[in-house]
Amino acid sequence: MRMTRLFAFPWVWSFIGALVVWLAAVNFTGGHGAGGMITAALSLAVFTVIVGLGQMFVITLGPGNVDLSLPANIGLASAVAMKTMDGHDSMIAVGLLAALACGAVIGLANYALIRLLRIPPIIATLSSSFIILSTDIHYGRGLQIKPPQGFADFANVKILGFPVLALFGVVLALVAWVALQRMVYGRSVLAIGQNMRAAKLAGIPVERVRLLTYTLCGALGGINGALLAGYFRGASVDIGNEYLLSSIAVVVIGGTSVAGGKANVPGIWGASLFLVLLLTMLNTFGVSAGLRLLLTGLIIVGVITAAGGHKTGR
Amino acid sequence: MTGLVPTAARPSFNTGHLLRTLLPALSMTLILLAIAWLNPRAISYFGFSLMLNLAIPIALATVAQMFVITINELDLSIGTFVGFVGCVTATWLHDAPVFGVLVLVASVGVYAGLGALIHLRNLPPIVVTLGMSFVWQGLAILVLPKPGGAAPDWLKAFMGFQTPFVPFPIIAAVVIGLVVHFGLMRSSYGAVLRGAGGNQQAIGRAGWSLLKTKVVMFALTGTFGVISGMALIGITTSGDANIGNGYTLLSIAGVILGGGEFVGGRVSPIGAVIGALTLALAASPLLTFMHIPPDWQVAANGVILITVLAARALIGRKGA
Repeated sequence: MRMTRLFAFPWVWSFIGALVVWLAAVNFTGGHGAGGMITAALSLAVFTVIVGLGQMFVITLGPGNVDLSLPANIGLASAVAMKTMDGHDSMIAVGLLAALACGAVIGLANYALIRLLRIPPIIATLSSSFIILSTDIHYGRGLQIKPPQGFADFANVKILGFPVLALFGVVLALVAWVALQRMVYGRSVLAIGQNMRAAKLAGIPVERVRLLTYTLCGALGGINGALLAGYFRGASVDIGNEYLLSSIAVVVIGGTSVAGGKANVPGIWGASLFLVLLLTMLNTFGVSAGLRLLLTGLIIVGVITAAGGHKTGR
Repeated sequence: MTGLVPTAARPSFNTGHLLRTLLPALSMTLILLAIAWLNPRAISYFGFSLMLNLAIPIALATVAQMFVITINELDLSIGTFVGFVGCVTATWLHDAPVFGVLVLVASVGVYAGLGALIHLRNLPPIVVTLGMSFVWQGLAILVLPKPGGAAPDWLKAFMGFQTPFVPFPIIAAVVIGLVVHFGLMRSSYGAVLRGAGGNQQAIGRAGWSLLKTKVVMFALTGTFGVISGMALIGITTSGDANIGNGYTLLSIAGVILGGGEFVGGRVSPIGAVIGALTLALAASPLLTFMHIPPDWQVAANGVILITVLAARALIGRKGA
């Protein structure tokens, strides 16, 4: 009975999926590097978790709400962080704050476009991503800017095989869960996603909540850019490219409704681990780049097809 | 006496509506005027042939995107799909035409199947097509691991055709716009297809199959994607797995510039073609003439998009 109740949670499936691909990879290597794989997966998954949480809040606002500017945002914030730190350990905190502010401003600008031009968020964030991308190319000058040693060490440090950044990701997910389930802000996001008109009539400051959500998503993208630059020891224009697909995919695979009004925080972690371990598995199998892309795409479409089908209506 | 003034000054709904319809053409005219002012020599047969060289594949991809947007869906894989078609065109269609044609027809079948899948399982099109973008890119790399290959001779000859008086890209754009306009806006089944985006329930209750409308629209997207990829290879004469990547965003921007809307089945084929031409014109010729550094060329697309949308919002407010 307890098992059936556990399976009723949508996020359980994403963790099962992660476990299955990990077992497949471990089985292939004959047990070699099983622990290392988990450590590596945790360190990489945390980046998807950070932007996935931001995207989750945005998507939960209802149909049509999505942030397509995250990749450009991450790229620009990584350059801003690295330029601000300028290789000095003493500037790490300032650089992180700068990246956070840069992301928040981008989120704010996205919301301004949506509100002032009354255009769908997809088009607003798409247009802004063009401009952010150009700004990044101009600002970063296409150079790889190195992080300070202390920051790079921090981004890569592990305690008993558990990456410190992953710990940060877990704490962030806990905070997001509390914000979503126990705070007025989160309940407002859910209410707006379920029925914007009803939420407005119930006295929820709809526009203020939307503004806050887009800004939050942008800020998380900014922080992610700084951390990525630390982890990969350098900022670059295309550092955030893969997070367009993965940020949306983890939200959906994790059990959050694309129709809005229903969010799932643990699922973000499960789905992120699943995606990263999937890539690890394909790498251990030694497949070519083309085949890896093909299989990744097919598995994502397959998982969405299996997980989809909730008749939530529009 | 003064009492007569307010009625005359009040903008009627029709003026707003007319302005909205003319906005795509207006923005293209503005871009053309800017080009003519910066470099009068560009406004000539050869000038247009050069400037609009790559406009035809972009216009075709934009029309492809427009079909799915009509039914409130979105295709984020059209760019990599165009790249995949390009790779097949530059290899199999050249070396083994029958097999090449079969592969391209099958890929349109995949699109039709996606439409059915998205409808039957109620899936989010953004995620499905994002996943498919990986599939097409992966296939493209498998077909053509390194840039190369060769376009079939007949395709090169067709795309390089020199028409008298009016440059080929302009004639092609007019033909594409008119064909799609009459098919989608003037035919009776076209009205049903648009209705599936405007009011699903009404179309369903009137006895039309919603599944069929989705399958038809996705198949049309696939078909125009195939033509776009082939046209692109006819111009570039060789293939590259990444050749179409930019088309995803360009095609969405083109549809919106052309007056299309994301929901409600409100699209305009002629507007979409004009939107694509505007982006193609603005993308490089204008910026090169204006001495805008290449860093900011991507931003120019964003600025044009935002400017046109701002103008539309302004007109909408007045017209309401």
